[in-house]
Amino acid sequence: MPLTYNLQVINLLAALLLLISFAMLSQRRIAGLITLFAWQGAALSASTAIVAWSTGQHHLYWSAGITLVLKVIAMPWFFYRLIKKLNVDRDVEPMINIPTTMLIGIALVIFAFNLALPISQMSGTVMRSTLGIAMATVLLAFLMMITRSKAIPQVIGFLAMENGLFFAATSATYGMPLVVEMGVALDVLVGVFVLGIFFFQIRETFDSLDLKHMEKLKER
Amino acid sequence: MNALSILQSADLASLAWGGILFWLGLGFAGLLLQRSRSLVGLILPLGALGGLFMAGMGLSALLLPSSAIVLPIGLPDLPFHLRLDPLSGFFLILLGSASFGVTLYAWGYFKNLAAAPLALLTLWYHLFLAGMATVLLADDAYAFMVAWEVMALSSYFLVTTDHDIPDIRRAGFLYLLIAHVGAVSLLLCFGVLQGGHGAYTFDYMRHAEITPYWASVAFLLALFGFGAKAGLVPMHVWLPEAHPAAPSPVSALMSGVMLKTAIYGLLRVTFDLLSQQFGWWGTLTLGLGLITALYGVIFAAVQSDMKRLLAWSSIENIGIIVAAFGLTLIFYTDGKGALAALTMTALLYHAFNHAFFKGLLFIGTGSVLHATGERRMGHLGGLIRFMPWTAWLTLIGALAIAGLPPLNGFVSEWLLLQAFLLTPGLHQPYLNMVIPVAAASVALAAALAAYVMVKFFGVVFLGNPRDPSLHEAHEAGWRERLGMLWLAAGCVLLGLFPSWVIAWLAPVVQQLTGQTLINDAPSATSWLMLAPVSAQRASYAPLVFFAVVLVTLLLVFVWVRRVYHGRIRRADPWDCGYPEQDARMQDTAEGFGQPIRQIFESFMRVERERPDPFDRNPRYTSASLDKIWFIVYEPIAKLAGWLSNQAGRLQHGRIQWYLIYSFATLIFLLVFVTR
Repeated sequence: MPLTYNLQVINLLAALLLLISFAMLSQRRIAGLITLFAWQGAALSASTAIVAWSTGQHHLYWSAGITLVLKVIAMPWFFYRLIKKLNVDRDVEPMINIPTTMLIGIALVIFAFNLALPISQMSGTVMRSTLGIAMATVLLAFLMMITRSKAIPQVIGFLAMENGLFFAATSATYGMPLVVEMGVALDVLVGVFVLGIFFFQIRETFDSLDLKHMEKLKER
Repeated sequence: MNALSILQSADLASLAWGGILFWLGLGFAGLLLQRSRSLVGLILPLGALGGLFMAGMGLSALLLPSSAIVLPIGLPDLPFHLRLDPLSGFFLILLGSASFGVTLYAWGYFKNLAAAPLALLTLWYHLFLAGMATVLLADDAYAFMVAWEVMALSSYFLVTTDHDIPDIRRAGFLYLLIAHVGAVSLLLCFGVLQGGHGAYTFDYMRHAEITPYWASVAFLLALFGFGAKAGLVPMHVWLPEAHPAAPSPVSALMSGVMLKTAIYGLLRVTFDLLSQQFGWWGTLTLGLGLITALYGVIFAAVQSDMKRLLAWSSIENIGIIVAAFGLTLIFYTDGKGALAALTMTALLYHAFNHAFFKGLLFIGTGSVLHATGERRMGHLGGLIRFMPWTAWLTLIGALAIAGLPPLNGFVSEWLLLQAFLLTPGLHQPYLNMVIPVAAASVALAAALAAYVMVKFFGVVFLGNPRDPSLHEAHEAGWRERLGMLWLAAGCVLLGLFPSWVIAWLAPVVQQLTGQTLINDAPSATSWLMLAPVSAQRASYAPLVFFAVVLVTLLLVFVWVRRVYHGRIRRADPWDCGYPEQDARMQDTAEGFGQPIRQIFESFMRVERERPDPFDRNPRYTSASLDKIWFIVYEPIAKLAGWLSNQAGRLQHGRIQWYLIYSFATLIFLLVFVTR
């Protein structure tokens, strides 16, 4: 009985994850985007913790903790500081208008669910039904990276994609081994710092964080 | 026989590998010793001794049973196999003896080079030699390909010795490109030859069961791969670019020896590794060889750069060798073993001869280049007065390549023509009718080669100097002369004692065709008289011929001196109405080649620049360009450029587009996975 109850909660959190993904897709302001990212991290962390509790996979507690520290606290704080320093919290104009993006997103979600159906049948975990959501999160984050032209939303999209992958790993196989997860977390942390340095450099060079200035960096 | 038994116990293949290691060691020693110019200067003569040693190894391989070793180098579980059998031995003699002369020459040629460039040059030079020797000894596909690449790369660096000249860089690139296209084809060929067993030693390949279809595929791949290295039309385009670009001793080695490694490979694959041969292979190669020979000699006739002329002449000679190869295949598959042995002898003989006379001619041009700094024949002339050694030794080479008795070029071409005359016994009536035409083409090529050599020697060494600076031309040093003497002596001796040479070739011919030319017991006069088929049919006694020529010359000389000059009257000659004659009025290289260009203009693309009638300083230029370049290579180059441009369009510079590429790939893969 507690398992099904927990499963309900996990499914709820998964749905929340997907909802936040859509919200990120439609969010124009960078500060709002960061908040949403933090919430996504929180949902992820909570769902991981519940999985750990309900199935007794203790290493998942560590994963949940790392997610909480990195993705809910450290990175959003870092990004808030960054936008304050760079003074870039203006409206973000996406490349494709938002309703169209949302429609494409819906198509992607359908595609992801379709895709996940045969895989989740093979998986033996309690939360295999959420695999489709995890994949949809990955694809939506990718879509966000494509539609945004500013540097910071792209990095957030990249991190959101990592969230989706993490969720997929938890739902399909109760997560990766702890060592791998620690490694990935470290990679993400270092990646964010390196990108942060890049932001400053890009802005110093082009006086803007708009990536269209980098188009001239091609040959000829 | 005592010395031979000692050699036998010492295992020839290991000794030959020792020689290769010696060369490798010399090469790297040069790199280490580059502080000391005097020590670096000693490396080349030592390398020449290495050449002599390798020739000795090859010679003993002709007499002894083949020996093999497995080297502990290479990839794990894939050691290098080396084997020295008569075929390898023969080409090893060619490599060793020709490189001995060329290296002696190089010793003198590079004597003014500073220590650092000389050290680098000796490194590539000896790597090149070692690579070629390893190609000849390799007994598995890996060792072969590795050595083949070492040979290609080291010769690339030798070609681009003067890499600050853009044309030379371009020539080097072209060479490297075609060498690698050929190498890929060889790799595929070996892949087919192993017959699906995954065993790449030649021993396995000999016993691999291949269907006739795949055997033909392997043969065609080998023909393409080795043809690219040998300079077979239409893969010849690199040769007239790369040979002139390289320093002369290197050109001599590349033309004299490296092209022969391709012939070696062709023989090895066709007669040794493949267990079945087909007649149409022979017809194909015969045709290709003849086209190459004619194409090469026609272009040689219209060149005005002396090294380029020799490069085209190399193409011609390779054509003759490949034609002989085709004819051997035709006879061999037709069951005419004796005739196959005859053409095989002619092939090997010509390959050997070409190493000597082409090496000699190339280093001869090297001396001219050193003395005058000029490669264009239009600026040379009359050099026989300033460089008598070079001129006379080059003359021997020129006469030999022109196929005049009693020199060596005559013997091999005569043998080949004899074989052509014997074809009416073939079982295919069609071939019987076509082959006289082929014989006529070989004869035409040989005659045109003589024409080319008259042009080469006449314009460069005879007449009056076309440039006043030529009066300062200096004779080659003693080391250069020594190298040229060695090669010239080879040309003379190979021509004077053909019976002995053929007897030495017998084990190789036996290995390849299963028969030899020597069928009857040697009679007392057999060393004097060469009669390949039967004495009634045709025979050639070079020594007698030589004696007759000498006596005739002597008589004429005495007659002219004693009798004719006795009645001489000195007076102003009638000057044909041209009181002022100068060197510019002599026949030029372009002028000499003009008739050939007129006749064969359809083969070439002639670009002329005619002066305006009112021009005060009229200039006339004309260049005869290779049509194959424009028909085959330029479209390929354009296509490659167009494709790269299309691929370049993918690069927008917009990160979103790159993300979309990844996204589309991801979606595609996901769809693909769920299928």
